[in-house]
Amino acid sequence: MPWRVLTQILNVQWMMFLHKGKVDAMREISYAEAKVEALFEVMRANERVHLIGNMFLGLSPRRTLLTRLREEFPSRIFDPPISEAGFCGLAAGAAMAGLRAIVDVTTASFLFQAFPQVVNEAANACYMSGGQIHVPVVFHTLHGIRGGGAAQHSHSPQAMLWNAPGLEIALPSSPRDVKGLLKAAAGRDNPIVFVDHAKLFEVRGPVPEGDYVIPFGQADVKRSGRDVTVVATSLMVQRALKASTELATKGIEVEVVDPRTLVPLDKKSILDSVAKTGRLVVVDECHRSCGVAAEIAAMVAEEGFAHLKAPIKRVTTLDVPIPFSRPLETYVEVTEEKIVEAVLSLTR
Amino acid sequence: MIPDLSREKILALYKTMLTIRRFEEALIKLTKSGVSVGHFHVYIGQECTGAPALSLHEPGDTIVTTHRNHGHLLARGADPGRLMAEILGRATGYNKGKGGTLHVTVRELGFLSSSGIIGGSLSLATGGAFAAKQKRTTGVSFCFFGDGAVEEGVFYECINIAALWSLPVIYLCENNSQEAFAASAGEYPGSTIAAPLLTGLAEAFKIPATAVDGSDAGGVYKAVKEAVVRARGGRGPSFIEAKTVRSPVTRFLWPDLVAGEMNLTWVWDPKSIPQEYGEWHKSQDGLLRFTRELIETGLVTQDVVLGMDRDVRVEMDKAVHYAVASPYPDPERAMDDVFA
Repeated sequence: MPWRVLTQILNVQWMMFLHKGKVDAMREISYAEAKVEALFEVMRANERVHLIGNMFLGLSPRRTLLTRLREEFPSRIFDPPISEAGFCGLAAGAAMAGLRAIVDVTTASFLFQAFPQVVNEAANACYMSGGQIHVPVVFHTLHGIRGGGAAQHSHSPQAMLWNAPGLEIALPSSPRDVKGLLKAAAGRDNPIVFVDHAKLFEVRGPVPEGDYVIPFGQADVKRSGRDVTVVATSLMVQRALKASTELATKGIEVEVVDPRTLVPLDKKSILDSVAKTGRLVVVDECHRSCGVAAEIAAMVAEEGFAHLKAPIKRVTTLDVPIPFSRPLETYVEVTEEKIVEAVLSLTR
Repeated sequence: MIPDLSREKILALYKTMLTIRRFEEALIKLTKSGVSVGHFHVYIGQECTGAPALSLHEPGDTIVTTHRNHGHLLARGADPGRLMAEILGRATGYNKGKGGTLHVTVRELGFLSSSGIIGGSLSLATGGAFAAKQKRTTGVSFCFFGDGAVEEGVFYECINIAALWSLPVIYLCENNSQEAFAASAGEYPGSTIAAPLLTGLAEAFKIPATAVDGSDAGGVYKAVKEAVVRARGGRGPSFIEAKTVRSPVTRFLWPDLVAGEMNLTWVWDPKSIPQEYGEWHKSQDGLLRFTRELIETGLVTQDVVLGMDRDVRVEMDKAVHYAVASPYPDPERAMDDVFA
C-alpha cells in the first residue's frame, strides 16, 4: 500500500505547512506583553493551573498588564502571605495532588527562603517515590543584577539549582522564548524553576501570532557566525548580541547560542557550534566559581576538546557579593565590553 | 476508650495495630541480625494514634507523613512485604528501592510523600488540602508531624495559610516526647519549645485545637473524626496534639527491643513484664491498653487476641522472607525516575 503511505506523508506535510504558516505570522511586541500572553493562554487552556502570587513582572511599570489576568481568573490567583517556604511547599504539595501551580517567588534571592521545599521536597519527590509522584509546579523568579539591588536582591541561583537533580531550569532571553517556554513549562510534569530577568521586560521582538511552545532542551542559535561561539543565557544573550554587532564591525563573526533551558541541556547544539568555530566564550550572570559557565565550559572541554583551537573563556559576575554603588556594580557585572574583550582575546 | 465503631471495624483496627507492632519488631530483629537499613525510626508506642486516625481516610484524601511513617503506611493497608522490601532497598519495594525507610510512599493509598525533613510534611500537606479545595472535592489532607516540627518556622507559615484560606487539613502532631529525657548521652532528645501547650500555637491562628492522649485509641478517633468532619464540611483546618510517652524501643538513637518483644499475656499477667524497661509497657503502652479494653468490654477473649497475634506474626514472617528473598535493583536503575 505505498500510495497510502504517500498520501499520509503528503497529508502530514500539508498540515505542517498550514501549521507553520499560522505560527510564522509574526508581530513585534515587548517581552512583558509576551509573558503576560503566555499566562493568559495557560490559564485559559487548563483550569487546573493556579497562580500563587502575581508579581510576574516585578516592579516594572508594565505590571499593570497583570490586572486583567486577575479580573479574568479571580478564583485561581492567590495572594499568599510573605511565607516563601509555606507557599512554595504548598504549591508542590498541590501539584502532587493533581493541580498545576505556577508560583511567583518574585526576586530570585527569595528562593533561598524556600530552598528546603524546592530542592529537597519538590526536586526529590519523583525520584525517591520511585516515579510514583509527579510534581508539575513552576517556581517563577527574577534573577540577576537589576540595578541597585545590592547583595540581597541580585542573586542568580541557577547554578545552585542545577546542582539539585530533579529540577528543570528555564532561562528565557527573548519575547518569543519567554512565551513559548512558559507555555511549555505549564504542560510539563516536573518541578521547574523559571528563571526570568527584570531587565528583559522592555526588549521587543517578533512573537508568533498563533499557539506555539518552545520545547525544553532545544537551544536556539540567536546569531550565526563562523569565528567564535558565545554561549549565553537570559539577559546575557541580549548583551552578547550587542557585543556581536560591535565585533562584526571588526570583522569577527560571532555565533550566539542560547541553551534556553539548562535542564534539560541541549549539549549537541553547543558542541555543533564549537565544532564549527573552534572557539568558545561562555557568558553567564552567575558568580564565576561553580557557575553555569563553569559547567558548560567543563562539558565542552570533556566532549568537544578536539574542536577547540583556543582555550575556553568565561565572562561571569565576579566572585564577590553584588555591591550597591553603580561603579562598583558595573565593575563586578558582565558588560558588553567584557564580552567583546573576551572574544577578541581568542581571535588576536 | 474504644472507638465508636462496629465490632468488625474495631477488630480490623486492632489487627492493624498488632501489625504495626509486629512489623517493626521484626524489622528491629532483622537489623540486629546484621541487615543494614540505614538509620531508621519506628512507630512502636504510637499505634493508637495513626491507626484510628487513618481509619477515617476516604478515597481521594491525601496523606503526607514523615520519617516515622511505617505505622501510617500499614494503617492504610500497605503490604508488609513490599514495605519491608523498600526498607531493605529491594527492587520489589514500593519505591523500587529509591526511598528506603525514610521515604516510603504509596500514591494509590493516598500518600503524597514521606518527608525525612523535620517540618517537611507541613507545607506539602497544606498543598494537598489546597488541591482538594480548588478541585471542589470533599477530600481532606492528613498531615503528620512530630513535636520537633513546631520548632521549625515553616509550621507557622503553613498554619497561617491554612487558616487564611480555610483549607481542609488535619494537622496531627504526634508528640512522642512526653517525659523524654532531653539530650541524655546516646538518647533521643526531647522537644525544646518554650510554649507550654502546643495547642496554643494553633489557637493563636484561630485554628480549632485539641490535645489527646495518643495511646487512647478512642480519644484519638473522636478528635480526628471531629477534625475530618470540620474539614469535609468546608470549615477549615484543625490541629490535634496526640501525646505519647516514648517507648524504650525508641529511647535510644538506634531502635532496640530493650525489653524484648511485647507479649500480649502481659495484659492479664503484668508480673511477667520484665523489670528492666518494663514500666512503659505496664502504664503507657497503648496497644496493651487497647487489648485490655477490648477484653474488659467483652468484645474479644484472651484466646481471640492471642490467635490474631499468631496470625499477624505469621504474616510478618512471610513479609520478612519476601523482602529478604527479593532482588536488589539493577545498579543502573539509579538513573531512572529523576523526572516524570
